[in-house]
Amino acid sequence: MKVLQVIDQAFRTTTEEQDDTILWLTRSMRSVGGELTVLLAGHGTNYAVLKTAQPSLTLGKWHQSQPADLPKDINQLIDSGVPVFIIEEDFIERGLQRQSIIQGVQTIARHNLPVLYEHADQVWQW
Amino acid sequence: MKSTNEQTLTFAFMDPPFESERTVTFFRLLDAALDKGANIRVFAYEGAVSLSLSLQKAHGNSIHGRNAEEEDHPLSKDWISSLQHKAASNNLKFEWINCGLCVDERGVTDVIEGCNRGGPPDLWRYASESLNTLTIGTR
Repeated sequence: MKVLQVIDQAFRTTTEEQDDTILWLTRSMRSVGGELTVLLAGHGTNYAVLKTAQPSLTLGKWHQSQPADLPKDINQLIDSGVPVFIIEEDFIERGLQRQSIIQGVQTIARHNLPVLYEHADQVWQW
Repeated sequence: MKSTNEQTLTFAFMDPPFESERTVTFFRLLDAALDKGANIRVFAYEGAVSLSLSLQKAHGNSIHGRNAEEEDHPLSKDWISSLQHKAASNNLKFEWINCGLCVDERGVTDVIEGCNRGGPPDLWRYASESLNTLTIGTR
């Protein structure tokens, strides 16, 4: 079975969870042999240009020691064999086109999305 | 008991009780799926692990002028229980797994019978063995 994971939110609860929970879910299912593809849509395309981990949160004397490292998570997803795509138009609409994309992340034009969707047995829109 | 893949649907849900209309919609979908003869498999992720918390307690409402019994406040654990019984009476399966790490983070370890602890591999197994999967993400 092949699943397409569509992520169109960005930075939702990344401080508390120290990751993007759907990227984490994808990595976890990949570790048990799942065939998955990730499509970053909408605000999710912001992930493709990140270079560093998120800033650590400090509240009083409490200090976060392990902030989310989304570029690392995406790199490890790609290294594990999960293709990661961004929708080109969504990326450009957000003014991100002048920034370099994480190596291995592929762009796909909106008119080519049916090919990606047809390739999947199930599409999970989060 | 019926159990072929063609009759099984998986749902992945992320919202906690008492926060959004997605929760009610999710439960109505489960109810409707049972009406259509589908076996149900639920993977509760993030806040949705609180849906099955056994410590949920109905309360009275002084603004409504009703005590706890009269108010009969809806509790998601009761909805799950009701759907479990509906499935059983229709000779259908109703399975529920809470993401264990999500449970630990929230301390919602006391859950009603029939709701078990698991993880993403269970979602993959559920989905792989189902006709299809509906993911209802949170916002």
